[in-house]
Formats: sequence, C-alpha cells, structure tokens
Amino acid sequence: MYRYDHYDQAMVDSRVEEFRDQTRRRLEGKLSEDQFKPLRLQNGLYLQLHAYMLRVAIPYGTLSGAQMHALADIAGKYDRGYGHFTTRQNIQYNWIKLEEAPDLLADLARVEMHAIQTSGNCIRNISSDQYAGAIADEIIDPRPYAELLRQWSSFHPEFLALPRKFKIAVIASQTDRAAMKLHDIGIRMVRNDAGEIGAAFYVGGGMGRTPMIAPCIREFVPVDQLITYSEACLRVYNRYGRRDNKYKARIKILVHELGREEYTRQVEEEFAHLLTQGIEPPLAELERIATFFADPPFETGLADDAVRSDPGFALWLDRNTLPHKQPGYAIAVISLKPVGGIPGDASVEQMHLMADLAMRYSFDECRVTHAQNIVLPHVRKADLFAIWQQLEAAGLGAANLDTVEDIIACPGLDYCSLANARSIPVAQKISRRFADTGKTAELGELKLKISGCINACGHHHAGHIGILGVDRKGTENYQLLLGGSEGDDTSLGKITGPGFDEDGIVDAVERATDVYLARRREGERFLDTYRRVGIDAFKEAIYG
Amino acid sequence: MKILTGNDLKSGAVTWWTGYDWSIHVEDAVDVGDEADAIAAREEGARRVNAPYAIDAERDANGGVRPAHIKDRIRALGPTVRPDLTLKPADPEAGNWVI
Ligand code: HEM
Ligand code: SF4
Repeated sequence: MYRYDHYDQAMVDSRVEEFRDQTRRRLEGKLSEDQFKPLRLQNGLYLQLHAYMLRVAIPYGTLSGAQMHALADIAGKYDRGYGHFTTRQNIQYNWIKLEEAPDLLADLARVEMHAIQTSGNCIRNISSDQYAGAIADEIIDPRPYAELLRQWSSFHPEFLALPRKFKIAVIASQTDRAAMKLHDIGIRMVRNDAGEIGAAFYVGGGMGRTPMIAPCIREFVPVDQLITYSEACLRVYNRYGRRDNKYKARIKILVHELGREEYTRQVEEEFAHLLTQGIEPPLAELERIATFFADPPFETGLADDAVRSDPGFALWLDRNTLPHKQPGYAIAVISLKPVGGIPGDASVEQMHLMADLAMRYSFDECRVTHAQNIVLPHVRKADLFAIWQQLEAAGLGAANLDTVEDIIACPGLDYCSLANARSIPVAQKISRRFADTGKTAELGELKLKISGCINACGHHHAGHIGILGVDRKGTENYQLLLGGSEGDDTSLGKITGPGFDEDGIVDAVERATDVYLARRREGERFLDTYRRVGIDAFKEAIYG
Repeated sequence: MKILTGNDLKSGAVTWWTGYDWSIHVEDAVDVGDEADAIAAREEGARRVNAPYAIDAERDANGGVRPAHIKDRIRALGPTVRPDLTLKPADPEAGNWVI
C-alpha cells in the first residue's frame, strides 16, 4: 500500500489545523455560513437531512487494517455506530457534529486519510479496480498509476475550480470492474504491439441527468506522458466547459457538443504544447510509487482447493470468491448486502472485524468496491472457511455477490437532501422478495441499481435493472430501466414506461425477471436475454 | 400553516422554531405566518440556527404538526430505515406518520 511521505503528512496535518481554526471562527460568528460553506465542503463536510455528513476519501478504494479500524472508531466516537460505503469507493458518515469535525479529521490524518477534494468542482478521489494486484487478468497493477494521478490532482491549483466535479477511474484489464467508461476520464492501462505499457483514454462519460458513455480519444498514451495527457484533457475542459449552466457543465457535455474529433484535436494540440513544458513527473517517481504496490510475500506450494463440506460455506465460496493470480490464494468479497439490510452500511463491530480479517488473513489490506462491498484481496484458500465462519457470525456472510440481492443503492430520501424518493426501502424489499421466493441463485448475475434522484449516485443507468426515484406530485414514485451495463459492454438502460409506487416497483422487477426465466437460452444472463429479445416483451409482462 | 426549520449550527441536529427557541420536536413548531424571513435572518445572525427555511405544514387531529413534504417529515422523525435512530425508537408505528 502507498504510505504518506512527510510532505503528504505535513499537508494533511496542516489542513486539519486550518479547518479547526475555520470551524472555531464559524462557531464564534466570525464567519457566516456563506463564507464557511465552501471551506467545510472542501473538507468533505456537507449539511444533509439529519446532520452534517462527512465524505472520506479512500484512494482507489484501498484500506489497511489500521485504516479500517480507524474508520470503525470514528463511526463509534463521532457518528451513531455505523458508516456507509459508497459507489465511489468512499465512506460517508451521516451524523457528524460540526464542533467535533476537526477532531475527527485529526483522527483520520493519524492513519493517513482525509476528506479533501471529496466535494466541489475539483478532481475527486480516483477510483480503480477493486481486485487490482490480485486478479489474474490484469496486464499490470493499475494502482501506481492511480496513485500518481492522485498526487498530481491533489491541490493542483489549475484544477481546483473546474466548471464542475471531475471523476477519474483507472483500470488495467479487459474486464471493466470500475464503470470506467462512465467517468469524466476513464483510463485503461494497455500494452502495445511492442510490449510497452501505455494508457487508453476514454473521455466524457458520466451519469447524472444526461448519461453518456465515454468515447476513446486515444488508444495509447506512453506511460511517461500519462500526466501530461491528463493535464491536456483537463485544460481543454477548463477552458471551454460551460460555467453558465450547472446542468451542462460536466465534460461529457463539452465532448458531446464539440464532438469527439474536435475535442480530441484540441487535446492533442494542447498536449503537443505541454510536451515542451516538461511537466511530467520523472519515471523514477512512478517507480518509487510502484514499490509500495509490490506483491506481498505470497507463500508457494499451498493447497489449491478449499474443503467444501459445509453447504453454506460452499455456496459462499462459489458466489463470493474469485480466482487469484497466485496459486493457493483467493480473492474474497464480503457482501454488505444482507437480505433486507441497508446496502453499503457497516456497523462499528463489522468494520472492526473486517479490519481484523484484513490484518490476519489478507496481508493487511482490504478494498471498497463500487458495488458497496468489501474485498479481502489476498487470502489463502486454506483460511477461507475460518474467514467465512467469522463473517457469518457477524452478519456479513451473505453469499450473493453480483446477484439480484447485491443491490447498489444511494442513500436516497432517508439521508440525502437532494433526493426525490427513498432508495433503501426499495432495495430492502427487493432483496427480501427474491430471497423469499428463492429465485436469487437461479437468476444468476443480475445487477440492480437504485438512485433516489436523477443525479444517479446509485448508477441506475448502468443497472441491468435500474430504478430511479422521482417525485410525482409530492409522492414517491419509481421508474424502471432495463438494459444498462457498466462493464466492457457499457450501455445505458431504457425507461420501460410509467412509474410505480414502492410495492409496485418490486412487483415490476419480479415480472421482468420472470420474462428472463421464461425466455432465456442456455448460458444467458438477464442482460443477454434482454438484449436479444428487446424491451417490448418485458414491457408487455410488466404493464400487461 | 407555515413553520420554520433549520439545523443546529454546532450539532447539525434538525430543529423547529417554537416562537421563542428551537426544538428538535416538530410538535413544538409554531405558525410563523409571514414572519419567516425576519425570524430566520435574526436567528441565523445569532447563530442559534443554520440554514433555516420555511415550509408548509398542517396541524393534525391530535394537535401534532405534519410538514407537507415527505422530506421534512423524514427530517422530523429520522431515517425510516433505522427506526432505532429516530426520535421515536420505541414506537413501531412512527414510520407510518412519514409516509
Ligand atoms: C448524500 C449526499 C450526496 C450528494 C449531495 C450528492 C450529489 C450528487 C450530484 C449533484 C450528482 C450529479 C452531478 C452531475 O451530474 O453533475 C452526483 C453524482 C454522483 N454521485 Fe453523488 N451525492 C451524494 C451522495 C453520493 C453517494 C452516497 C454516492 C455513492 C453511493 C455518490 C456517488 C455519485 C456518483 C457515482 C455519481 C454519478 C456519476 C457522475 O455523474 O459523476 N454520491 N452526486
Ligand atoms: S442519487 Fe440523488 S438521492 Fe441519491 S444520493 Fe445522489 S443526490 Fe442523493
């Protein structure tokens, strides 16, 4: 894992003290809310439905055991005993007191964490593949590149006041597990014919009210020009992105309005100029960073199978673990989606347990996934049973990864001041419905995603089944979308028709899955069947 | 009726204007008529509230106050998905008031 050097630490520490002083001045009335709000937002502190809400950055979703323990301690000390892991691989606390926020940030800084650039029109936390460094299909570990981008984008003076927020994802395998093409910039590390490492750039993706899939604007940027090319992309956006209309301010609108060719032409022109400026950090820096992400000391000669005698364990093994690049090891995914539970929430005790498991069994590392689950990236197969038993005992043993129960849901109207409708109760009812009818396993891979408003924090456009909460004359109403995907075959879901109330949407989802069960061909997932038969068959069953 | 709500500056807790102070209980809210802006400006200036705003509400049969919009009813009670964290953790029916 990356460790702060003393510059990183000094910067974060001084930022805490600065915020402590700003908070004092606010509480003493020397700053008005208008003056203070941008200051607290720059430190991740929002005002939401019930209290202040703090969003903590988890760079590319990676946490050490000590960091996870600290997040748990914070949930107990400053919040009400839990935290919410988000689609941006971050954590949010919902019940923070302003007067305690500086102490909280100081506690975070002690474990090399902060909430800087988790709000506002700047480059946000960089996201990545949650299986980085562990999965066999990657061509290289994407995290050093994500870390380099993090360092470049942190406090970058030119990009702290962009037209709008800016989100970057970095992956390094053909399989996209990070919704890369739905980011402002998606970067895929690739190898060219000569065997050299470089980066493919996808620019202008996003969700929100105008979802767009990022087009590839360059297939190969040499690795020693990664930052320079990123800078060129940002400069063109910063210059021409629309500041007159918040809803047209994201880079996706600029790329769309200019057209991919024209935007690319301008980026290339800026890039050519920037290459003369020598802004790229030396390769030695990338190499220094990469040493932090070297493989842990894997054991060799381990048994490559796990004993499957317990049926509950066997189910979890099949559902929630993935092959590791190292024989004898596995990637284990802890589902934060218990049936009827709140997607992404974890209690103090659960976080402490996950931290302990990371320390004891996974070389002191865990990851947050954009699907709001937690990964133990490097566990010995021989330890899986012990891990599962402890997870089971803590209510974390749900064997439902990538199934209809593994729902992404934003906080919605239970917590979010921008929401039109609640997301969480819908997720709870759907997971209960499928658990009760016993159809979950039969349905196989089915990605269901719910947002409480058009901002799409819950990725509803990218769900095989998506649900969008809307406000219909003051009551909650839910639209159904079908056919979205955020993988290699990224696509945007289509609205089926008129919306439903809370129970109606659960029935509609079940009817859609019934169409799949009736019409599927051998080996087809829900999404495949949908793509083959088209939306009409589903509409007929849903609205009948 | 029009009532005034906001958050406590220090704790962030949701509060309601009672005519002379701020309460966390929506039942204590009073009709502010067309005084909302004046009260809000004065109270915010004195840092007794943060980000105040006026909303429509009605007085229900039992004398309680019910904000017109579900969002403010959720603010008044707490998250519907965590009854244990609401103002009425012991009342299993409390959530019905929100919807
Ligand atoms: C509760 C406080 C939150 C607020 C005020 C908020 C606000 C917003 C807004 C305004 C947008 C639309 C941006 C645009 O289209 O320009 C957005 C997008 C997004 N947010 Fe949130 N959000 C919140 C919570 C979350 C949470 C909890 C997550 C993760 C579960 C999240 C992840 C995202 C993602 C992934 C997008 C869509 C991608 C994009 O358009 O960039 N947000 N959010
Ligand atoms: S999608 Fe809407 S309701 Fe959900 S968290 Fe984002 S802003 Fe809030």
